[in-house]
Amino acid sequence: MEKMPKWADATLVPLISLLLAAGLSALVILAIGEDPVAAFKLMVDGALMRSSGWGYTLYYATNFIFTGLAVSVAFHARLFNIGGEGQAMFAGLGVALCCLFIPWPHWTLALAGSALFAGLFGAAWALIPAYLQAKRGSHIVITTIMFNYIAFSVLGYMLVNVLRPKGAGEPASVRFPEATHLPTFQDMFSTAATPLFRSAPANVSFFLALAACVFVYLLIWRTRLGYEIRHFGFSETAANYAGTSAVRITIIAMLISGALAGLMAVNTTQGEAERLILNSTEGAGFIGIAVALMGRNHPFGVLLAALLFGFLYQGGAELALWTNIPRELITVIQALVILFTGALDHMVRAPLERLFLAMAKRKTEGL
Amino acid sequence: MEFLTILQVLDSTMRLATPLLLACLAGLYSERAGIFDIGLEGKMLAAALLSAAVAFSVGNVWIGMLAGIGASLVLSLIHGVASISFRGNQLISGVAINFLASGLTVLIAQDWFAQGGRTPSLVGAARFEPITLPGALTSVREISQAGPVMQIYSELLSGHTVIVYLALLLVPLTWWGLFRTRFGLRLRAVGENPAAVDTAGVSVKGMRFAAVMICGVLCGIAGAYLATALQAQFVKEMTAGRGFIALAALIFAKWRPVQALYACLLFGLLQAIAVRFQSFELGGITIPVQFMEALPYILTVVILAGFVGKAIPPRAGGEPYVKER
Repeated sequence: MEKMPKWADATLVPLISLLLAAGLSALVILAIGEDPVAAFKLMVDGALMRSSGWGYTLYYATNFIFTGLAVSVAFHARLFNIGGEGQAMFAGLGVALCCLFIPWPHWTLALAGSALFAGLFGAAWALIPAYLQAKRGSHIVITTIMFNYIAFSVLGYMLVNVLRPKGAGEPASVRFPEATHLPTFQDMFSTAATPLFRSAPANVSFFLALAACVFVYLLIWRTRLGYEIRHFGFSETAANYAGTSAVRITIIAMLISGALAGLMAVNTTQGEAERLILNSTEGAGFIGIAVALMGRNHPFGVLLAALLFGFLYQGGAELALWTNIPRELITVIQALVILFTGALDHMVRAPLERLFLAMAKRKTEGL
Repeated sequence: MEFLTILQVLDSTMRLATPLLLACLAGLYSERAGIFDIGLEGKMLAAALLSAAVAFSVGNVWIGMLAGIGASLVLSLIHGVASISFRGNQLISGVAINFLASGLTVLIAQDWFAQGGRTPSLVGAARFEPITLPGALTSVREISQAGPVMQIYSELLSGHTVIVYLALLLVPLTWWGLFRTRFGLRLRAVGENPAAVDTAGVSVKGMRFAAVMICGVLCGIAGAYLATALQAQFVKEMTAGRGFIALAALIFAKWRPVQALYACLLFGLLQAIAVRFQSFELGGITIPVQFMEALPYILTVVILAGFVGKAIPPRAGGEPYVKER
């Protein structure tokens, strides 16, 4: 007998975790002397009730879709890729090199080119940790953390010593040429009569993110490789017995994961900043962990969770603007979501399972 | 390079290595007992805030440090409950703790002092003052004119805060505790083969909780050192990756206390060089500061790769223990 129906596992467990996280966050808001209900209203107003708010929400969500998918693909192979931040950072370098040094005639081509570069650079940054995990048994979590810091140093070096224009103080590259600028939602959906998404950073790469969701769905559940990845994640010994090479799956899963994290750089670097800056990732690589856990490693779940975190991010910015609640509240919520959906999963799940078992029992007794 | 300059760099190495060493030993206890802890960073950060805030409010750095240790212990307890009691994923729990600390410290500091997520500067009894060893010179002029032995004594050995000496003392103490006592044997056994410890009638959960709590205390001291000795206030994200460098040092030292001291001194030296020289000439090649900053991480990856002596973690590390499987 199954302990819990599938739908409950997919919806109730994350929802209860979210409620717990929200409840605790409300307590935090109360503790610093603000009104949680008013704060929530303000977040909804700022993030969802105006098209420009949506423009920011979707911009953040784009990042989180990519990093959430990255974490979840690795999770399917039971690999914890904590290095999305570094992979996205390094991919930003790839996007910048692509946009600065290749004379693109049109943004569509530039988008294809920079997506390719972002994916390649992101995958490259995941390659060494993947290789070390597969071949030398070094723990992927530790190596990817180390690679986050190394990526930061590499990026710092490139910006300060190579890409920074002469005489400029700020460690940033020059602006990308006009032809590489991606159309924003404002460009795409506004008409002269009804301006929409005014000055919001959401851009065409959101659709790239949606495509990535479909791609990951097909990959994981509709291809042989995806089956092997899941098989490997479920039981390494069984996968080995069935002839799946652990080295191959580890490396391929991490390369896909790195490439997905890297694609985030298209959104931030080419889509929003239009130049390479030091801190363009803003922790999105880590939010991917919360998004993947919350979204139960399913692309559709990841999409919903990414939208939720996009809302939290934009709402949090509004809170910081209008109240005394700092932006860091969102970090706390993120931490609580990771804690409840990830580490305290058993705590949330066990009472639910007991409840469903009791219900099932009563049903059979009633017959 | 002048002799005194080298001494000054080594002196700052001592100061920068201390928080690394404390956090590294903290991780040593936890991981030797089979509980991975990537939340060292968060615990240090929470301790840094609470110690600075309480030290400022009370005007006594010792009470501040106790408060810092308390904050770190609370996070340790969360980690323990999640990974020991509920058998959750230890790595994910560690990640959550880092973010929890990163967010909450700013929220609390902003609410308490309204200075943009920092505490006011600590003065007087609210911070740890350097201890001058007997007979050591204190003024810069006197030191620069003294002989080399006196320079080493006054510049390098004397003039640190009490926590620096405490951290150094903890190295032999940890070695003795882990390798020469019954408690240490059990702690290590719980990290290698918990079932054997369970069979011997010792509580695996109890041992692991004890280790996680010791880890909390040491992280608390490390955080308090950052905010009340190395610097004189709490600043947002002031740990700046030290928890992860400590983790790197732990792997570098292959989970052994004396080697942990060497690894932390090495990483402290790298930090000291990076702080003092923006770029570094070595045999005609300019080494950029970013390389010095990244070197601890690069070295750790090299060690992890096992090309220079393999680093093998405790065998039951990261696995929750289930009685009577």
